[in-house]
Amino acid sequence: MSVKTAARPETRTARASGPSAASKRKGSLLQRIWRERWTYTFIVPGALFFLVFAYAPMLGNIVAFQQYSPFRGFAGSPFVGFANFTVLFEDPAVLQALENTLVIAVLQLVFAFPAPIALALLLNSLLSERLKRMVQTIVYLPYFLSWVIVISVWQQVLGGGGLVAGLLDGWGVSGFDAMTNADTFKLLVVAQNIWKDCGWGTIIFFAAIASIPNDRYEAAAIDGATPWQRTWHITLPALVPVATLLLILNIGSILTVGFEQLLLQQPMVGSEAAEVLDTFVYFRGVLGGQWGVATAAGLLKGVIGTILVLSANKIAKRLGGEGIY
Amino acid sequence: MASLTQQRRAGAPWLSPPSMGIRAVKAVVISLIVVTMIYPLVYVIAMSFAAPSQARAGVVFPTEFSLDAYRAIFNGGTVTQGLTNSLFITVVGTLLSLAATSMLAWGLARTRQVPGAKFVLVMILATMFFSAGIIPNFMLVKYLGLLDSTWSLIIPGLISAFNMIVIRNFFQGLPEELIEAARIDGAGEWRIFLQIVLPLSKPVLAVMGLFYAVGYWNTYFNALLYINDAEKWPIQVVLQQYVLAGVQIPGAIVSPDQPPPPGVTLQMAVIVLATLPILIVYPFLQRYFTSGVLTGAIKG
Repeated sequence: MSVKTAARPETRTARASGPSAASKRKGSLLQRIWRERWTYTFIVPGALFFLVFAYAPMLGNIVAFQQYSPFRGFAGSPFVGFANFTVLFEDPAVLQALENTLVIAVLQLVFAFPAPIALALLLNSLLSERLKRMVQTIVYLPYFLSWVIVISVWQQVLGGGGLVAGLLDGWGVSGFDAMTNADTFKLLVVAQNIWKDCGWGTIIFFAAIASIPNDRYEAAAIDGATPWQRTWHITLPALVPVATLLLILNIGSILTVGFEQLLLQQPMVGSEAAEVLDTFVYFRGVLGGQWGVATAAGLLKGVIGTILVLSANKIAKRLGGEGIY
Repeated sequence: MASLTQQRRAGAPWLSPPSMGIRAVKAVVISLIVVTMIYPLVYVIAMSFAAPSQARAGVVFPTEFSLDAYRAIFNGGTVTQGLTNSLFITVVGTLLSLAATSMLAWGLARTRQVPGAKFVLVMILATMFFSAGIIPNFMLVKYLGLLDSTWSLIIPGLISAFNMIVIRNFFQGLPEELIEAARIDGAGEWRIFLQIVLPLSKPVLAVMGLFYAVGYWNTYFNALLYINDAEKWPIQVVLQQYVLAGVQIPGAIVSPDQPPPPGVTLQMAVIVLATLPILIVYPFLQRYFTSGVLTGAIKG
């Protein structure tokens, strides 16, 4: 989405010495660089930042091909080819983590993805602007809370000894604890996601709805379309481009499901239900000391994620959509 | 379900209000949503002020109140230390991030005239589509000697590519004549940036500042990864320890001759303290939700 803005032709032709872009081009490259020397004092520090903190760590992935030990370092650790990857594919814990990741991702796509669209349509149908604002204020709020806070709050309400458990206890149902139930954990994860992000997700759809010209609704109404028909044939089609874009981004991150969210809850429900690829990397690598294997898992995940987002984008473009770049 | 904002309705007499049945269903659904969203927070806040006799499961809303939990927490010191650490990270981090991000955004605002700027821009945009992963990042921070330093929570995330693009877009929309006039008058890039560009960009800087601040305040995993020393933990890690991992809050007593407040109330109070700054900042953030700055930002 942002790359598009990068490709947009510059409107600015501000130069004190050169009255037009054409005459400026005449200067040699060195002259142009010299002319802009002060601009580089803005660019170089930031560029260095990205070089060090986004590109340099890529080199660290070399560990995926090593029998790495922190004492020996990159240079001292022996190379083992693809051995770490072989270990990965033979480890049942990896398969479990992959399965959990994919199941949660699919549940997210089915339930959490359409939720903001439904909420946006519902709120948009409210007649009172004030009520709409009020509801928006409330549903946006959880987006700004950290996962630690969200899960702590859920724990107090739905956990063992929490509010709901206490109420049910009063009615003779004991032992309620939604936070540690491994069977329903994946649905819990999706519910938490909807609670936290659904409201915020409506903003982008509101923007899309606001850009629909009003006369379309008017013409449809005059032709006798019911409110439902107007929603189906006018509002929803207008949301398709935005929804496609979000879907692409979602598919690209299908292997990344709420890392902090799962990391925080794994001690409560156990790794069988809550281990995903990212938590596997953390526990196996940082805590378990199997640096090579964990890095291999992370690298594989990153590469597949990039391939996924690129292909999803290509497919969206082929289907006539806009894509993200 | 057609779009019926007041404005549209006023200018669109052809729209009839929905039937009673539909309105009733909507009212119920919306009330349910609102209660689900807000009640858990209200419950936690209320219970943090509950008197010990009220602090048991099943109380929907306490009727007797006490400040003991907060007193005990502030006596204990650990939570206060966490809050102080988070405050430092948030204030210093936000200021540094805003400075670094807006500088870079201004440098990259004129990709046409500045050789190499386009290349740098593309390289930065590309970072939005990949990440090196947890372990390589950990190794980098370790290599730089930042482990167990508060700076490890600020420096690696100093510039967000996305925020940089949003600010850059804003800069590009500034009135050109003004900047060109300053150039003709002989003002240098830095002077233009500090005296013209930044003062004109207060709205976007405010929004991005608030987003950076929320991000810094909510820092959790990086602290878990990079910081071992409990003295340096930000509040989110402290919260996780006391509420989710069930560690007892040390020294949480009100006075020697009084029993300590119930654990639940203490936990609730820690949650409230960790949430408070967000709740304070939220109304300011909210001003921008509708003003369009944000929707533009999200759309990129």
